[in-house]
Amino acid sequence: MTPRLRFVLQLGFTLLVCLFMIVPVVMSVLAGLTENYFVGLKSGLTLRWVDEVWALYSDTIWLSIRLALACLVVTIVLGVPAAYGLLRSRRRWANAIEETLLLPVAVPGLASALALLLAYGHYREFRDSWLFILVGHVLFTLPFMIRPVLAVMRSARLALLEEAAASLGAGFWRRFLTVVVPNCMSGILAGALMVVTLSIGEFNITWMLHTPLNKTLPVGLADSYASMRLEIGSAYTLIFLVMIVPLLITIQWLGRLTGQRH
Amino acid sequence: MNSSVSIDLEACGRTFAGGHTALHPLDLNIAAGETLVLLGPSGCGKTTTLRLISGLERPDPNGRVRFDQRDVTPLPIEKRKVGMVFQSYALFPNMNVAANIAYGLRIQRLPATEIQQRIDAVMAMTDLKGFGERRIDELSGGQKQRVALARAIAVRPRVLLFDEPLAALDAKLRDRLRIEIARLLKELGITAVYVTHDQSEAMALGDRIAVMHQGRIAQLGTPQEIYHRPASTFVADFIGAVNRLPVLAAGAAGRLVVHGGELHSPHLRGKRTLYCRPEDIHVVALDAAAIRGRVVESVFLGQSQRLLVDTGSDAPLQVDTGSRRQWRAGEAIGLAIPPEVLFHPEQQPRTEEVAHG
Repeated sequence: MTPRLRFVLQLGFTLLVCLFMIVPVVMSVLAGLTENYFVGLKSGLTLRWVDEVWALYSDTIWLSIRLALACLVVTIVLGVPAAYGLLRSRRRWANAIEETLLLPVAVPGLASALALLLAYGHYREFRDSWLFILVGHVLFTLPFMIRPVLAVMRSARLALLEEAAASLGAGFWRRFLTVVVPNCMSGILAGALMVVTLSIGEFNITWMLHTPLNKTLPVGLADSYASMRLEIGSAYTLIFLVMIVPLLITIQWLGRLTGQRH
Repeated sequence: MNSSVSIDLEACGRTFAGGHTALHPLDLNIAAGETLVLLGPSGCGKTTTLRLISGLERPDPNGRVRFDQRDVTPLPIEKRKVGMVFQSYALFPNMNVAANIAYGLRIQRLPATEIQQRIDAVMAMTDLKGFGERRIDELSGGQKQRVALARAIAVRPRVLLFDEPLAALDAKLRDRLRIEIARLLKELGITAVYVTHDQSEAMALGDRIAVMHQGRIAQLGTPQEIYHRPASTFVADFIGAVNRLPVLAAGAAGRLVVHGGELHSPHLRGKRTLYCRPEDIHVVALDAAAIRGRVVESVFLGQSQRLLVDTGSDAPLQVDTGSRRQWRAGEAIGLAIPPEVLFHPEQQPRTEEVAHG
């Protein structure tokens, strides 16, 4: 087989796989913009469905963004010190705790949500507020913050840097904020990317925990698929894409920026 | 520019959780302004001693660390005002050179103008002018260690602590930086404790050297004392090369019979083994030689050559001599060993007690 032929075959295969993955996205996006999907594109393009989704479900979008950001803040505030604690504790304990933290990811979301409902469901105020969903999201996403941060901490020889900072007179909090946190920034950003993505897309736990007044975007999406025209659901997907893609690109860009600095 | 302090360790031992004793209870007095080198193989307790002085580790319950007679044992490192230089530099990669140096100064809340003055001053002292804006990963190993040094002295510490600062550098750079550190320590007149496993570094830098072995001080003394009057065979072996000459029998008139000939050494009568350094053995004409042997091998070292001479004992005699004359293997050679260069470690007073203070 000549190198050229091999190249052409590889390219062909790659394009085929791309097509397989991209076509459904394009079709879904187009469905959201078509006047009547069953008639097809010749029925004309419209933003009507997007408008309608916005009118019906904009609050779910805002809630999802608010949840994702709140979840990010909480996982950073809890996760970075937790990773630091694991770094400083004995390896055997640290491993056991790390695995335990992963449990909410392994256990079906429905089960975690049910457990939360059983334990805290009777606190009405709490149960009805968006914070209840936030708890579920934090449980689910926390290991995705802790693990990359811990990995960076382990490779960054933090203990030594801290000793140097201490010799220069820095107490614990100053060391933590000026040496520990800045030197695991790449881990925090990698974690942030995962946390935000997972929180915005999370369905299982959220579906169990949501109330009619607190619906997130994926729950709304399920709702619209189940009860509305196909065009509405598709327009909803379009909005979801428009929202999440720039967000992900920004976080990755930030990650590359700090990656270069080290 | 520094108010340097004296350091006293009293019964400072260090036993780790698993029961491993890194350091047996140890007394050590370091005078203000003195440079003490802790020298020894890895695992001898030298780094542990340094960490006890720094405050990075605490001694076992009865141990006390004093700076200028003041008990600092309970103080953590950040309260002890010590400057520390590490083997692997430990520079903050998230800051540039100037920010690294300024780190300790900012903690002291000095005015910005003074911070800048101090940065300029220490960068001039450590030959780093113009490097302020450099990122840490743009520096060579030698430059990194200079920055670490500048960062440590910028805060005007009471004590400077070095943990094998040159071990990661290549030989040439190591020599240069060693000379610079020596000059800097003289200029600053600061109390310094310097950990190394490199004997030439220890000799060049130390006012005194503490040779450590298995968690104890094997000998404490000036470089000359340590080298010429080693207190134990361990010290003699660790510092430089040493020849062992087993005594076979007592000869006539206070002479001692060894492999290859007889030696005159009245002060070592009754010893079973004599010791001497390779450079103290002279090559002489065969007919005037006290000891005769055959050259096994010669190693050319540039300024000298080391000969291995077979005198009939288990280990060949090591002899350092001028490098111009070429010796062939098997050639007969005559040697002379003056009595004053022969020593026997156990005979020496333990300099530990003598050399205090």
